[in-house]
Parts: sequence; structure tokens; C-alpha cells
Amino acid sequence: MITRDVVVCDAKPLRLVQRLYLVEIVKGLAVTLRHFLGNLFARKYTVTVEWPEVKREYSERLRGRHILLTREDGSPRCVACYMCEEACPAECIHIEAEDVSTSPTIEFEKRPKVFTIDLLRCVYCGFCVDACPKEAIVMSRVLEMAFASREEAVVGLDQLLQKGPTETLNLGYRPYYGAPRSRIELPIPVKASARTGAEG
Amino acid sequence: MANREARLAAIRTAFPEGGGVVELPGGDLQTFRVDRRVLPDLARHLKDDPALDFKLLLDVCGVDYPAREERFEVVYHLTSLTHGHRVRLKVAVREGDAVVPSVYGVWKAADWFEREAFDMFGVRFEGHPNLKRILCHPAFQGHALRKDYDPGQRWLLREGEQDEPAWAKEAQENEDHFETQVLNIGPSHPATHGTLRTVVRLDGELITKAETEIGYLHRCFEKMSETHTWNQVIPYTDRLNYCSAMMNGVGYALAVESMLGVEAPPRAQVIRLILSELSRIMDHIVDVGANLNDVGAMTPFLYMYQAREELYSVLEACCGSRLTMSYVRIGGLSADTPPDFEDSVRYLLRRIPKLVDDMETLITENRIFRGRTEGVGAISAEDAVDWGWTGPCLRATGVAYDVRKAYPYLAYDTYDFKVPIAHAGDTYARYLVRVEELRQSLRIVEQALERLEPGPVIVDNHNVALPPKEEVYTEMESLIWHFKLIMEGMKVPAGEKYGYTEAANGELGYYIVSDGGGKPYRIKVRPPCFAIFQAFPHILEGHMVADTVAIMSSLNIIAGELDR
Repeated sequence: MITRDVVVCDAKPLRLVQRLYLVEIVKGLAVTLRHFLGNLFARKYTVTVEWPEVKREYSERLRGRHILLTREDGSPRCVACYMCEEACPAECIHIEAEDVSTSPTIEFEKRPKVFTIDLLRCVYCGFCVDACPKEAIVMSRVLEMAFASREEAVVGLDQLLQKGPTETLNLGYRPYYGAPRSRIELPIPVKASARTGAEG
Repeated sequence: MANREARLAAIRTAFPEGGGVVELPGGDLQTFRVDRRVLPDLARHLKDDPALDFKLLLDVCGVDYPAREERFEVVYHLTSLTHGHRVRLKVAVREGDAVVPSVYGVWKAADWFEREAFDMFGVRFEGHPNLKRILCHPAFQGHALRKDYDPGQRWLLREGEQDEPAWAKEAQENEDHFETQVLNIGPSHPATHGTLRTVVRLDGELITKAETEIGYLHRCFEKMSETHTWNQVIPYTDRLNYCSAMMNGVGYALAVESMLGVEAPPRAQVIRLILSELSRIMDHIVDVGANLNDVGAMTPFLYMYQAREELYSVLEACCGSRLTMSYVRIGGLSADTPPDFEDSVRYLLRRIPKLVDDMETLITENRIFRGRTEGVGAISAEDAVDWGWTGPCLRATGVAYDVRKAYPYLAYDTYDFKVPIAHAGDTYARYLVRVEELRQSLRIVEQALERLEPGPVIVDNHNVALPPKEEVYTEMESLIWHFKLIMEGMKVPAGEKYGYTEAANGELGYYIVSDGGGKPYRIKVRPPCFAIFQAFPHILEGHMVADTVAIMSSLNIIAGELDR
């Protein structure tokens, strides 16, 4: 239905001083000069980053390249339950399970024999992280991925598994427990001492 | 006129009982099953009867029910701008005789929508002036949205089979015996901001005829959503209007939630509203900035993008992605906002007006810009409604139709804001409306921040939303809920729903049909851009070549939404 709660913003006729260009040009130059000097010296509001020399800090929820976490003994936390494969809208995860229930030292019945992610198919929605019941798959803050061939983009266990303490892993999107972790810095900070990311 | 009986009576004056129009019981909208023989008369009656006054045809789409004898159903959604009521018409046809009379003569808006239904289902629309494929390539075989069409089917399409309008093939001379020229604008042109091909016939620099071809970015959103669970559709919605991804997700989630009978918690609703309005600001920034850039004003474009960059940082901190957010879940949001969310939004509320002011100083009263845009791409209010326009482009013609005011959702009726309108309907008026709308959105965000109370962000209903992670890790029952939701998806009750919200370009509608399973039976998106761009070639006629870029970006071309 047509509403009456409107504000009419029709074009106003130009005044003589606006038709004469000159005053308007000076006013315009004042604006551009203010921005120019601000970007040259103060740089308080500069949002551009001189990438790749300078990198900006990403949010702690950034959905980047996937990581498969490991248990303390170095084995994958993944129990090959296929939930992430099922939850993936892009169908880019492929898992083949391996039965390890006969082994006396292992308390879990299955583990992944094959776990591949096609990083070119992936849409980085984070649904696999939400679906995982073991917090085995999480996402890192690594965004810079380049491949020479399509086959190279299909990464397996050898590249996905990350050992070592989680603090060193540049973790991004992880299961959400209730206490928000991320913080927002505005204006966007420009830092020369930027983190280089896990891939160097 | 609000009630069903009165609308039915107004239809019965011309179509008595047994005259081919049957009212179906229940439903989210009043629905009529129409015999195709009376459809043109009924359409004319619905449009011209002052008690009904359905001037705006929102959507025409097909649905395939292979089990039924009358396999295809063509569904029309109509709304009246004066009365505010809506109806749905359904015309069922058999597979062997899938012909429906075109309503193009009544509402021009049917033009591309009918072509799409033809393309996807093979239903022929008798009397349509240009019935051919629209989203799929001309050499494509079969009809993709039929249920027996394999989603994995691939076709090899060659360049030689390029679609060419019939008029473009014949040589023509103007009155001075100079041969006119046929030119392709696009598909890949910096000013198309995506992919859009417009074939124009030029007489000197003047466009005398034009036809627009879309579909270069078609990625079968509707077919793919039929093979995914309800939640898995959300990443797909992000890619409809990628300049304001949040609003697509919100519109979809609201439609599915109303079918499920759940409501997102208050905090989630307020966050959805704040981020929707911030997305609207971003969309208008892109559109105004791109429009200025296309007519040669690069500086204000970069000023506006500063604001957009910082808005994206807020979104990134909330959901982990800047463009394709996937933040909405059915029943709420995927995560709560960061603790300093309010502070950073307040910072933006102070920062954005300054950048907009700077841009306005440079542009709004700029004689060159006004000379370039005033009177360019003008359209009258009647034509705009006839073509099915909604959103800022319609409001620039003087029709104050805004879904947020007319059919409030997310409690928009409790916020104090105004709907900007202009009357000229040209490129400059669209610029003015967008800039004012941007300022109104800032007002809404400011009020919404006051209402942001702590609380949950997703419903505590494990038929819909995943249980909290700490419970999944420790409790068997939660793990079972989790498993069932991931493996089978939520079960949406059988039925249909047309959910609509005000996206940055206009009314974004989702016509959703569920058969009670874990996957949607049919999702039809009514993208606002689609209705606007079917009028584009007609607006172009009589303009210069250089004006096409100014008109194109002022209509806000979003190819992701246009082609789906």
C-alpha cells in the first residue's frame, strides 16, 4: 500500500551561483584537498592497505582455509562421521572411513582414511564447522590460496592436519560457545607489523 | 479493502460461480484456481475494477507436479498499491497441451517472467511478443526446472549458437540513406558491472531499438535449492544480490520461519534489522558510487567506498566473511555479535554522514552531473508500475511503495523513518532517492541500537536449530538432534508461502513450496532487478549510446540477482 509518511526529494533548480561553476569548483576543491591532506599525513581514516607488504588483521571469525585439528597424541580428531560432507552445500568434502575398532589402544572406532576438500569448489560458508560434533574441522584465517592446477586445489589429510598448540595455528571460524571472541577495530588499523599467516 | 469475501464478491460480479474461477481454501494468500480460457478476461478485470485494482504484477512462475494429471501450474502474484491487498492466481495445464494465454497485454511486467517460465518448464504463453529462452542458452535442451530433469546434466554450448534478435539481422537505412548500425553493449563491459548484453540499433549516436539478453551468470539457484536442505540454501541466497547479501538471507529465513511457525528471538531480530539496514546502505553506496563512476566522477565513488570498507569490517567480525556472509540461519543467526558491535556501529553512524556530505557537496548541485543525468532514462509512474518496478527506482517516479511501511516485518512499523520519493523518474531522481534513503537507514540503525538487549540469537527448538555445541559434545540426546538435523534437514510443513521483504532494489519475494520433506519442493525468487531490467531496453530507445551507462547503473544492475 502506498504510504503517506514520505520525504519528497525532488531536484531543486540551480541557483545562479551554482550555475557559474567558479564557487562550486572552489568548494569541491576544498573537499578533495581535505581528503588528500588527510590521506597524506594524518592517515586516520585511510582504509587502503599496501598489500602484500602490509597485511591487515582479520576478524577472529574469518572463514578461511580449513584445518583438521589433532588430539594430543597426534592422531586426527576426526571420527569420519560424514556430517561435514553431508552439511556441505557445495559438496566439496570427500571422506573415506577406516575401521580401527580392532586396535586395542584407540578408543574411537573410525578414523578418516581419505579426507579431501576441493578448495575451488568450497564456498567458505563454515557449515562444516557447525556440523562437526568433535570440533575436528575448523577454519583458519588464511585467505591467500593459489594453485597451479585444479588437482592441486584438492587438498588431503597431509595438508589439512595441523599439529601443535592451537594458539600457533592462526585460527579463524570455530564452534561458537556463547562468549563472543571477535573484536572490531575501526577505522581499520594499518599495521606494518602484520601477521604473515600460517603459510608464510 | 481488506477481507477475502469482498474481494471474492468483486470477482464474482464478472465471473460467477462455475465461470472458471474457483477460490481455494486457506493459504497464506487468497488463492484462485483459474481456467486458462478466462485468464485474459480475469486479468483485465483484476486490473481495471476499482474495488480490486491489482496494478502491480509481482511474479509469474511455474511449478511442476509430475504426479498430477495437470502437471504444470503457472502461479501469478498480484498486489494492489491503493488497497494493499494481494492475491495469487494458479493456472494448471497438462504436459501435452502446456499453453497459457499471455498476460503481457495487461501487465507488461509479465514479459520476462513468462519467458522464464517458458525457459524452465516449457509452458508456452500464447500471444507473448518475444517468447524465447531467457536464462538458459538458446542451444540448451530440455527444461531445467522440470522434476524429471537431472540436476547433474551438462550441455556443451558453442559460441556460434549465440542469440541474435531478428531485427538485428536485417540491414536498415535511415531517411538520409545512411545505413544504421547494430552494436553489442556488453556482455563484458566495465559499465555492466557484471554481465549483461544489450543489442542496440544505432542511427548515428541515437539508439532506435534495443534488446537485452541476460543469463550469463545463471547458476541454477532454484534447481540447486531443490537438491539441498532448507538451511543449505542460505549460502546460495548470499549470491543473489551480492552487494547486500544479508537482506537476501533475512528474507528467505523469514519466509521459511513463518511456514515453520517459529520466530527468531528478539535480539536476533534486532541484529537482523541493523545488519539489513547497514546492507541497504552498502548497496546504495555501491550503486550511487558506480553510477558516479560511470558518468566520470571517480572521487566521490572512492569516498563512499571508505564507508563501505568499514561496514564490511563490522560484518566480517560478526560472521567471518565480508561479502558472502551466510550469517542468517532459519530460526536466528549463526553467532552472536562481538562485544564491541554497538560501539563500532555507533562509530559508523558518526562517520558515514560525513562521507555522504562530502559526496553531496561534490555532486548533488553539480551542474555537470545534473546535465548528464536530468531527464535521462525517465519513466512515468504508470509505466514503472506496469513493468513491475519496486524499490527506489519506483519511488523515484513518485509512487511511495515500500514493503517496510506497507507490510511491516521485523517490527519496522515501530521505527521512525520516512520513505523518500521524487517525481521526475529519471537518473537524477533515482540518485536523490537513494541518497536520502541511505540517511533514513542510518536513522533506523540508530533507533535499533537502543533496543539491542542481551539474549539468545537462535531459537531453542532442536527441530529447527542445531543444539549448542557444548551440549553436543557432552549429551547423547543433543548429539542425536544434531545428527538428525544435519543428515535429514529440518522438516517444513507442506504448504506454500510467498514471503516478501524490501531489499535494496525493491521487493524481494520468495515463493516457497514445501512437500513436508527435508528439502524445498520449489523456491522461486522474485528478484527486484529482474522486473526493473525488462524495461531497460524500452527506456533506452531515443537515448544516446553514452546515456546507456548512466541509466544502467542508476537502475542498479546486479547480475547475480538478475540471472540467479
